[in-house]
Amino acid sequence: MDTYALLIASTLNAGTVLAIASLGLLVNERVGIVNLGAEGMMLCAAIAGFATTVHTGSDVLGFLAGAGSGALMALIFGLLVIYLNTNQYATGLALSLFGAGFSAFVGVNYVQAKLEDRMHYGVPGLEDIPLIGPAFFQQHPLVYGTIIFAVILVFFFNKTKAGLIVRSVGESPESAHALGYKVRTIRLWAVIAGGALCGLSGAYISIVYTPLWVEGMVAGKGWIALALTTFATWRPMRVLLGAYLSGGVTMLQFHLQSIGIDVASQLLSMLPYLATIVVLALISRNPLWIRVNMPASIGKPFYPGN
Amino acid sequence: MTDLFKRRWIQSAAVLSVAVSALVACGKKEEEKKEVQSAQAVKTEPLKIAFAYVGPVGDGGWTYAHDNGRKALEKEFGDKVTTSFVENVPESADAERVIRDLASQGNKLIFGTTFGYMEPMLKVVPDFKDVKFEHATGYKQAENMRTYDSRTYEGAYMAGVIAGKMTKSNTLGVVASVPIPEVIRNINSFTLGAQSSNPKIKTKVVWVNEWFNPPKETEAATSLINSGADILFQNTDSPAVLKTAESKGKRAFGWDSDMTAYGPKAHLASSIINWGPYYIKATQEALDGKWQGGGHSWWGVKEGAIDIVSIAADVPADTKAKIDEVKNGLKNGSFAIWKGPLVDNSGKTILKADEVGDDKFMSGINFYVKGVEGKVPGSDKK
Repeated sequence: MDTYALLIASTLNAGTVLAIASLGLLVNERVGIVNLGAEGMMLCAAIAGFATTVHTGSDVLGFLAGAGSGALMALIFGLLVIYLNTNQYATGLALSLFGAGFSAFVGVNYVQAKLEDRMHYGVPGLEDIPLIGPAFFQQHPLVYGTIIFAVILVFFFNKTKAGLIVRSVGESPESAHALGYKVRTIRLWAVIAGGALCGLSGAYISIVYTPLWVEGMVAGKGWIALALTTFATWRPMRVLLGAYLSGGVTMLQFHLQSIGIDVASQLLSMLPYLATIVVLALISRNPLWIRVNMPASIGKPFYPGN
Repeated sequence: MTDLFKRRWIQSAAVLSVAVSALVACGKKEEEKKEVQSAQAVKTEPLKIAFAYVGPVGDGGWTYAHDNGRKALEKEFGDKVTTSFVENVPESADAERVIRDLASQGNKLIFGTTFGYMEPMLKVVPDFKDVKFEHATGYKQAENMRTYDSRTYEGAYMAGVIAGKMTKSNTLGVVASVPIPEVIRNINSFTLGAQSSNPKIKTKVVWVNEWFNPPKETEAATSLINSGADILFQNTDSPAVLKTAESKGKRAFGWDSDMTAYGPKAHLASSIINWGPYYIKATQEALDGKWQGGGHSWWGVKEGAIDIVSIAADVPADTKAKIDEVKNGLKNGSFAIWKGPLVDNSGKTILKADEVGDDKFMSGINFYVKGVEGKVPGSDKK
């Protein structure tokens, strides 16, 4: 039984990495901007966060540095695509490639660096309950923060005026503009917020999840997060579900291997992606719903008239 | 000036300035190169040597070890050689392009440092008869291409000796990369080593089907710890497994390079590959005009290519003595790791008593020895 408690715990942990980045990209795409630079931003944030934690010994500063570097890169991206109307996809890809190279370049001296002893995390009072404690309550605060944040996002997009304005910018920037909202400013802030969250996820990888720095260590999580946002039809709770599902199946397939089950490991390796796509495709199979949820202006530039 | 026009103008100005600065930078590089070249042309032309790496030199493992070998070679020969490398070359059609490019740039000795470069290299080889090609871990040769490898399983065996002594749960975990004979041989050798100091050992294996993916390696290591393994071993390229053991209070080994720094508390020892001696030998032969294609070199402890280093302080002295014994035995040929009686994990006899597995036997290992749980992926097909 303990094994399964640990399985749940590592699922939550694995899912969190994807969930933070995916929610960031969701905010981004809700205003109609697709940022393919997620992988690059996460890599730069991973090294920024790691280096900061190495020098200061503070995880919190590391997270802030990660989020900050993500936000900074997103700002540059935002200025290019929103104000200079460069192609979103090309600019995003450039950002990804730049981030991969740049993070490797600045990270050279940190390859063998080590962090202070990792802290133990837990929710006081709950972490000692047998089974449930180890399964749910011995996690990093960000794991819980991510769930709370997803709930807040649902509330924000559906129940607050600001949230509806943000969505209107993504649905029809022309109408939002006609109503007097500053479309480009709103888009820029959403892009920056998305970058900061991707950055936070990158820093989580290098500070908590795999506490070290090696070149290219994000290893495709940014791309998976991008795909997850789309498959979850831009709905925060589905993003969360998809992230945990993907993390869970990943852990489950390793678990099955370690208990010596007789299934080809190559097949098992494929399962997380397959399961996530199948489940999310099933729950979002209604074409009407996809159209309703998909920001109508996604990927399209907006000129506020001349 | 309309807004749109202004924007166009800013856009093109930005593009132009980037292009200009790039050109300036290129120009500078060219100049530097020319200077270096003309300075060297006065003396004898140095031998140009190039390396193609599968990972980043900063991976702290496999590629890092190769790059240390390259540095050792540079140090040995000084200005008689110039070396260069291309990192992150995928094991795909890109590899052929990169290797062809390296050959046409005038490199006379080219090292390809991963299994997947074998076919791409073979395609390039006939077009550059005056270039000497060296391919790591492969088995196909040509007139001007030969292969080299290191007996990593010797390091795995010695790590096993330590693991068998230090485990409390009698369960070891291996994070395995890609199911090729080399990796399967390492898992088996690790287990055989562990059984030599503790016959009750069980080994659990988890395949990640990748060489380098730190988050995935972490997940695999976590799941092995979750299912009871207290000592981990890996055949992947990053230090993530050791790091995971460190944060979960378990023990693990360094692989390919000395990884002590990544997990000082968890680190039991590092099984390292020292490519330097081979790179120096190959370069010496090329310089002397004695280089011959077509062969295969498989170097181990005996040639100084494999070693186990930085053994943790809490490993008992008798275990350390046993490691020295193994090393000496491997050096003078009195000890063989793959020696009968040996049965696989389905009970089939693989080697009869006192029968020693030769290199051909070892290059075809496609089974788990007794004590390893599960089945080799894809072994059903045979």
